[in-house]
Amino acid sequence: MYRYDHYDQALVDERVAQFRDQVARWKAGELSDDELRPLRLQNGLYIQRHAPMFRIAVPYGMLASRQLRCLAELGRKYDRGYGHFTTRHNMQFNWPKIEDVPEMLAELAKVEMHAIQTSGNCIRNVTTDQFAGVAADEILDPRPLCEILRQWSTFHPEFAFLPRKFKIAVNGAREDRALTWFHDIGLHILKTDDGLVGFRVIVGGGLGRTPIRGEIVREFLPWQDILTYCEAILRVYNRYGRRDNAYKARIKILVQALGVVEFARQVEEEWAYLKGGPATITQAEYDRVTAFFGAPAYATLPTIDETFVAQQADSVPFARWVERNVRPHRIPGYASVTLSLKKPGIAPGDITSDQMDIAAELADAYSFGELRVTHEQNLVLADVEQRQLFALWQEAKAAGFATPNIGLLTDMIVCPGGDFCDLANARSIPVANAVQARFDDLDYLWDIGDIELNFSGCMNSCGHHHVGNIGILGVDKGNEEWYQITLGGEQGNDARLGKVIGPSFAAADVPDVIEKIVRFYIAQRFDDERFIDTFRRLGADPFKVAVYGDKARLKAAA
Amino acid sequence: MTKIIKNRQAVADDYTLLKLAEGEVAETVALPAGAVLVPLAVWVARKTELLARGTPVGVWLDAGEGPEAIDADLAQLPVIGVNFPKFVDGRGYSTARLLRERYGYQGEIRAIGDVLQDQLFLMARCGFDAFALRADKSIEKALGAFETFKAPYQAAVDQTQPLFRRRAA
Ligand code: HEM
Ligand code: SF4
Repeated sequence: MYRYDHYDQALVDERVAQFRDQVARWKAGELSDDELRPLRLQNGLYIQRHAPMFRIAVPYGMLASRQLRCLAELGRKYDRGYGHFTTRHNMQFNWPKIEDVPEMLAELAKVEMHAIQTSGNCIRNVTTDQFAGVAADEILDPRPLCEILRQWSTFHPEFAFLPRKFKIAVNGAREDRALTWFHDIGLHILKTDDGLVGFRVIVGGGLGRTPIRGEIVREFLPWQDILTYCEAILRVYNRYGRRDNAYKARIKILVQALGVVEFARQVEEEWAYLKGGPATITQAEYDRVTAFFGAPAYATLPTIDETFVAQQADSVPFARWVERNVRPHRIPGYASVTLSLKKPGIAPGDITSDQMDIAAELADAYSFGELRVTHEQNLVLADVEQRQLFALWQEAKAAGFATPNIGLLTDMIVCPGGDFCDLANARSIPVANAVQARFDDLDYLWDIGDIELNFSGCMNSCGHHHVGNIGILGVDKGNEEWYQITLGGEQGNDARLGKVIGPSFAAADVPDVIEKIVRFYIAQRFDDERFIDTFRRLGADPFKVAVYGDKARLKAAA
Repeated sequence: MTKIIKNRQAVADDYTLLKLAEGEVAETVALPAGAVLVPLAVWVARKTELLARGTPVGVWLDAGEGPEAIDADLAQLPVIGVNFPKFVDGRGYSTARLLRERYGYQGEIRAIGDVLQDQLFLMARCGFDAFALRADKSIEKALGAFETFKAPYQAAVDQTQPLFRRRAA
């Protein structure tokens, strides 16, 4: 993975000094709360329900074992011995003190980490596919371009005070695993028939209270031009995006207001001035950065390891884990493993400091010392030898990482919700845990198969409920916590938004409702039809009847 | 006399900033004597009169006003002000870059309004060379802000080559 040189290191060190000084001036009364606010947000520091919440960047999800050990140590020293992985490859701590944050940043800087622009109205951490570099369906490894984008966006002088936050996602494979249709800018890496590499540029997607699928602004942009083109997009947004209403300030609103054709025209007009300028990426820079992402020293192995095959035949639990949590690798004899952070009963995405240390050890022992954070809030060991999988599984199991549920109902995306977040309408973690408890029978869970359940505590949609096959959204009804259900959302190439099925439910009823939906699906599905496919075939109405009974039937008939 | 930061030093401000108060209109507002920095609307309405005075005149653009509005006049303007109604309103950064990079403006670009120490570094990168720091803040302390980062990544006005081109050299 990328390693800092003295330039990169100086920038994060200077950032620590800058923030230390800002906090000191704030303590001395020279900076008001309002003046500090955007400065601390751009260092990942929110003020939340219990304490500040501190968000650390894991750029495009790549994490070295020594970095994870540093996070473990921070969790012990400054928090309560655990952290939380978010949907945007970041780690959040829920209990640090503001006064400690400069010191935490200094410790992070020692392992080439930071919290730069993990919050605030600026360009945020660039996200990508957790299987970048190892996926069989990859067109081009997106990570070098993600790193180039990271550097370009870090302290960008013109775009530090945008109308609203700005999120970029890059996908380099045939299957979209980065939710690119729902980012401010989504980039698809493409290769033309003549071997040219570039991007399809999608702008104006987003979730939140106005969920919108992004629109294609350019079908093909040569890769060298990505920085100048992003500058053109951001300049149009910075100048003309709304600033009068925070709910209407995302670029998606500007794109909708202008229409994508006019928006694209303005971007192209701006780009005409910037195109070919100094920010055009050079081959030398691309090669320099790409060299950091070269293949590790893979062993030469048979495509299928016989012991591994035998071990699966001998142990049903191992075979199950392999089926759900292990993915094929483009190198013979290797596999990619997802460490599940979705053990039922634990807040999804949470990980203790001791577990972080163990995950770091597993990475060192089995996967060249590297891990990835997924947007589904799990960890990935990308490069594991098949012949080592059994040993890895046993260690992962002992550490609570081996729940064989990747892609299953209990592998939910869940935001922190009312237990931690000031903006929440309702708690998400206890209700998610109650749903997990309802589906604790592994055979049943397996029988249900692939399904995505996403859960947000309010319409800010941090838990991506709009794109869950089943979405749960916390709503506030007369100061009580209620939950609205959406069906039919989907990530991937065909990403789309789910639709609300009807009136919301009390917390205690949510597991029943999910169970009714799932039972109806099982009764209706053909052979191994996935939930989402059955839903597409039948439409929402019969599911509504399954949930609301005759009331829904009458309504559907009317 | 109030002070501003110019070329990284505290200097006396020669200009009087004219703002339209409630009820005042560009056509009739009284113009202060001496060097003056006027709102765009006053410039548009009274350009000839302002130039005939023989004293320096500059124009300040509000956050929603772009350099397009004065591109034909730039050669006549020794100073352009760019207003930050609130420091979190970042439109002025684009204004300054456009003035320097697209319109080739060589005169003074002065940040006015809610101008604070922690934004000076970014502003300077975008082409501002003068800063009317908010009156309650210490100019002496703020002068340190220009050194915050020594070798930033991007190309901008102060450094026309991105780090990746300098790194290679
Ligand atoms: C607890 C502290 C948090 C606060 C106060 C917070 C606040 C917000 C707000 C206000 C928005 C809506 C922004 C908009 O629509 O312009 C948002 C969106 C989002 N947040 Fe959070 N969030 C928090 C935690 C998280 C966590 C833990 C995650 C990941 C699990 C996360 C991931 C996201 C994502 C993916 C979006 C959607 C972006 C979009 O609208 O496209 N946030 N957050
Ligand atoms: S979705 Fe709402 S409740 Fe959940 S973390 Fe985001 S802002 Fe908080």
